[in-house]
Amino acid sequence: MTPISSLASWPQTLAQKLIARAAGLPHVAVGEVVTCQVDLAMFHDSSGPRRLKPMLDALGAHIWDPHKVVLVMDHYVPAQDADAQRIVQIARDAAREWRLPNVIDSEGICHVVLPERGHLRPGMMCVGGDSHSPTGGAFGTYMFGIGATEMLGVVVTGEIWVQVPRTLRMQWTGQLARGVCAKDMMLHMIARFGMNGGQYQAVEFAGEAVMALGMQERMTLSNMSAELGAQAGLIAADDTTCAYLHAVGVNKEALHNAHQWHTDAQAECEDFHFDATVLSPQVAAPHSPANTRAVGDYVDVKLDVAYIGACTGAKLEDLRAAALVLRGHRVAQGVRLLVAPASARDQAQAEREGVMQVLRDAGAQVLPHSCGACAGYGETVEEGARVISSTARNFKGRMGPASVQVYLASPWTVAASALRGRISDVREML
Amino acid sequence: MKTSRVWKLGADVDTDALAPGAYMKNGIEVIAQHCLEVLRPDFAAAVCPGDVLVAGPNFGIGSSREQAAGALVHLGVRAVVAPSFSGLFFRNAFNLGLLLLTCPEAEQLRDGDAVTLVPAGVQRDNGALLPCQAIPDFLMNMIHAGGLMNLLRLRSQGKHHE
Repeated sequence: MTPISSLASWPQTLAQKLIARAAGLPHVAVGEVVTCQVDLAMFHDSSGPRRLKPMLDALGAHIWDPHKVVLVMDHYVPAQDADAQRIVQIARDAAREWRLPNVIDSEGICHVVLPERGHLRPGMMCVGGDSHSPTGGAFGTYMFGIGATEMLGVVVTGEIWVQVPRTLRMQWTGQLARGVCAKDMMLHMIARFGMNGGQYQAVEFAGEAVMALGMQERMTLSNMSAELGAQAGLIAADDTTCAYLHAVGVNKEALHNAHQWHTDAQAECEDFHFDATVLSPQVAAPHSPANTRAVGDYVDVKLDVAYIGACTGAKLEDLRAAALVLRGHRVAQGVRLLVAPASARDQAQAEREGVMQVLRDAGAQVLPHSCGACAGYGETVEEGARVISSTARNFKGRMGPASVQVYLASPWTVAASALRGRISDVREML
Repeated sequence: MKTSRVWKLGADVDTDALAPGAYMKNGIEVIAQHCLEVLRPDFAAAVCPGDVLVAGPNFGIGSSREQAAGALVHLGVRAVVAPSFSGLFFRNAFNLGLLLLTCPEAEQLRDGDAVTLVPAGVQRDNGALLPCQAIPDFLMNMIHAGGLMNLLRLRSQGKHHE
């Protein structure tokens, strides 16, 4: 895909270029409301067919282009009870009835399996029926979350309205210390700006410390743009992006213009500067991701559960990080370590690398590769438990009863804390 | 002019509080019974159609689950008044026909106050006006139609007649 404005003299941000292309305009101005053609709509068992089908049927309408739809079963699988079974069955029946060519059933969490199957490419305009849909922004894709009724509008018309956002550019210089990762960068930014600090604008992650990250770490940044309250969390496409996409089967022709998807040098951004070199592991205390401080402020908080899961914190790179900490050790007595890998492919690769065995040997209980306890939909945590989790949200009541206390941290920090039975600084253990 | 009773909430009211994950398997009538129970256990049972929610900044942060707005619609909440909203919640609310008023001074209002919604903002019973940001026409059309579903229905009927 080529930005229409690539030769124009009006400098544009990455967000503007992506929206202009989808709107069929040479350029767009901040604040303008435009109608975009949607290249891909993703929804899952919870937000998708069970909500969409009754509305589509009531309208007598059809999906505008089934080839542009990806359905993922990840929230209610494996089904824990009759209600969950019913919801998943509705999704499977709809997949057949609508003749959807792209259905990913019980093979991982939507935001991870979508790029893993090559569905995202730089330059696309995508929507997802899930708030962590900004994850797609790591691929130079404009992707954002919408609710079920708005998804109905998309699948009927193929269009969505967008108000062209300002770009808040997070410039990260320096180099992360060992044991400090994208999750820590995000928690740090959320603490600084707050959970609505993104003001539903576009956040762009840039600078040498961002471009040094692998794709799954970049996905963690874009993923938690949701917790910044941004509409999209973008990263310019580069060689790392192209190498990942090529490896998952995206052909070279589809990528030949990938490097054009970046913010022009003279484009107007609000810039914020961070130094990765001095960043400590970060921990968000209950009940908000914005309640973040350096890990040192929370050491000695005793724990009952350590959870490595979700699209945010259980991808292959996250599992590898946990294994580096846990290798040859057992978790502390009284601590339950739960690991729910983000996708079947990531789990299989972690198995081949011996990573899963390291986790099991350390005492981890391996849960299904689905959203699970993160959304409070699957297995939840017991009354009064203190949890450290690699997930994205620690709202009251999210992972179980309102009495559950959830601390958010990186997979490195979760693993280190599981070993000591209390929140710990992973740098002391590497 | 119809007056509305104010239900006052704090800042950062999230979608898990509005539509708790544990009840997401259920229909909106069940989810609505548990709406805001972690913050105001009495809310769902006591709220009356036409009442107004008033909250601090960042109302509706969190999930894309539109049941967060749908539960308020189901309970008959007329509008939510707050200094700022989550962008995703904002879209969902208008898509479901729920009016959101962005009101910098919302926090001056107290629980139990009687207010009147007027075109320029929220009027207190002493006549004082708390101004609200203007809402674009295409979003007000969504409110008048009762949500996007009804707009799509009208549009499909329009095509039908052509």
